[in-house]
Amino acid sequence: MWLRIQRLNQQRFVLTAKAVCVHQLHTSSTEPASSSYNGLYPGHIHTTPIQKALLAVGSGVAALRDPYRHDMVAVLGEATGHFALINLRDRMRNDPEGYTILTERPRIRLSTIDVAKMASLPEGSFGREYVRFLEDNHVTPDSRADVKFVDDEELAYVMLRYREVHDLMHTLLGMPTNMLGEVAVKWFEAAQTGLPMCAFGAALGPLRLNARRLQTLVTSLGPWALRNGLRARFVLNIFYERRWEQSLEDLRQELNIEPPPVILSAAKKMST
Amino acid sequence: MAASMRLLVRRAVRLSHRNITLTAAGAAARSGCCRGPSVCRCFSDEAEDRSTHFGFETVSETEKAKRVYKVFENVAQKYDIMNDAMSLGIHRVWKDALLHVMHPQPGAQLLDVAGGTGDIAFRFLEYIRLQEERQKRRAARSSQTPSWQDISNNYSTEDESRESRAVVCDINKEMLKVGKQKADSLGVSAGLSWVVGDAEELPFDDDQFDIYTIAFGIRNVTHIDQALQEALRVLKPGGRFMCLEFSKVNNPILSSIYDAYSFQMIPVIGEVIAGDWKSYQYLVESIRKFPNQEEFKGMIEDAGFYCVKYYNLTGGVVALHSGFKL
Repeated sequence: MWLRIQRLNQQRFVLTAKAVCVHQLHTSSTEPASSSYNGLYPGHIHTTPIQKALLAVGSGVAALRDPYRHDMVAVLGEATGHFALINLRDRMRNDPEGYTILTERPRIRLSTIDVAKMASLPEGSFGREYVRFLEDNHVTPDSRADVKFVDDEELAYVMLRYREVHDLMHTLLGMPTNMLGEVAVKWFEAAQTGLPMCAFGAALGPLRLNARRLQTLVTSLGPWALRNGLRARFVLNIFYERRWEQSLEDLRQELNIEPPPVILSAAKKMST
Repeated sequence: MAASMRLLVRRAVRLSHRNITLTAAGAAARSGCCRGPSVCRCFSDEAEDRSTHFGFETVSETEKAKRVYKVFENVAQKYDIMNDAMSLGIHRVWKDALLHVMHPQPGAQLLDVAGGTGDIAFRFLEYIRLQEERQKRRAARSSQTPSWQDISNNYSTEDESRESRAVVCDINKEMLKVGKQKADSLGVSAGLSWVVGDAEELPFDDDQFDIYTIAFGIRNVTHIDQALQEALRVLKPGGRFMCLEFSKVNNPILSSIYDAYSFQMIPVIGEVIAGDWKSYQYLVESIRKFPNQEEFKGMIEDAGFYCVKYYNLTGGVVALHSGFKL
């Protein structure tokens, strides 16, 4: 019954999307191509199960060969994450704050967050530390790949939210964006979300670490990340955009996350 | 002379056809005999609003040109790698076959339209170089003991003979950029030039080239008949038109394998290697919209070429069409 309602909803979305697409094709030909989409959401590409399997294999190989290909990591997540995404969406629905996120659909992009205002917040506040993380690691929230291969509009938002919240995970855990920091965050996320892509990254990421970092990972960072991933409150259920003024320590306590055992610097960004 | 007259006649016919439809629109509007919005729209269309296909989508003609430009701008950097990955290297065999059928002789002037990354031009120059070496060896064998007079004659004739030239013309600057980089890394520069131009309106005078080639480019052109007419115009009398293009596979088993491979695998390869699913989706769809071997042969004959024939390569996956300007 639940599945039938979902399928009806999907069909309704497809029909309205097609009607919108046809309407737009007839009214003007000067609009950019991305606005006349014929999927369930902008950027959606229909794929058959065979194609999803091929994508999973291909993107996995590509991501292993070049871990800096974030688009391949993203595609791997989308091609393999269907059941995990359903689980995540249900967990969000069953939590009041998560449900608010699902209905309001906030986005974390430079156009929706006021970086200047956040930079002026007091030291130690969540917003200030996030801006510091962005500056130290030379990253921007706008570089996340779009969701393309998830065949449900709401699940696509859940995936997108997971992707946009990833940087906030770095801030909460105090991990930089070098290889060691990313692997630590992946261990945390794998325990929290159960996405196959996270498990894949968590298992194979350490292969690219040198001996010293591997030691750090195995002895202190790894167990800490796993432990916290299992006991922390579900990270997708937090409406971060309303908590910029909250102190980072306070937020960590609320989420049941211990501060990192090792302070990693962001300076060594390019080396693994 | 006859060719340009024929061209003028064709252009006049096309213009008058357009005038007829426009005056009909005017008449229809004035007498108010619109039978419905779709009919009205059809009559009052200007050239820009005529629709054509972009893969399986229907778009206006200007839209198609823009989107094709965007596709090749996006894929230019990974174009050669993708060709190898998608065709499993067989595209090299097809292009070598084109050169073998062409069999160019030293002194030939080639125009490679939609030549982008220069594959045909490089092969052409290499083929001619080998031909020249073969000729020199043959000449050397036949005159084993040349006199001093003969030797000094040889030195002077080397400069006088017409050097072969390859002009690569493409509408897309990114593709030409990649081609130039390839030329630099291969160390090829003599006799090679790179020109930005539209196949429907080539920036060359009449009767310039011995051979005109277009490899895997003509299906992206909005008005194929115009491109064919331009080809006729810039070729010298006796010049040869050669076109490599994806075509219809007649064998049903091979066809179903080919379709499955095209639609299932190629966009995936495009996403994984080039990060661009949609461009490669367009590619496989545009192949299906292109006319088959016989139809295209008819179009080439309509443009005014003689002795038009085609060769099927790889069971019809690719067809090599050839025609002469006489």
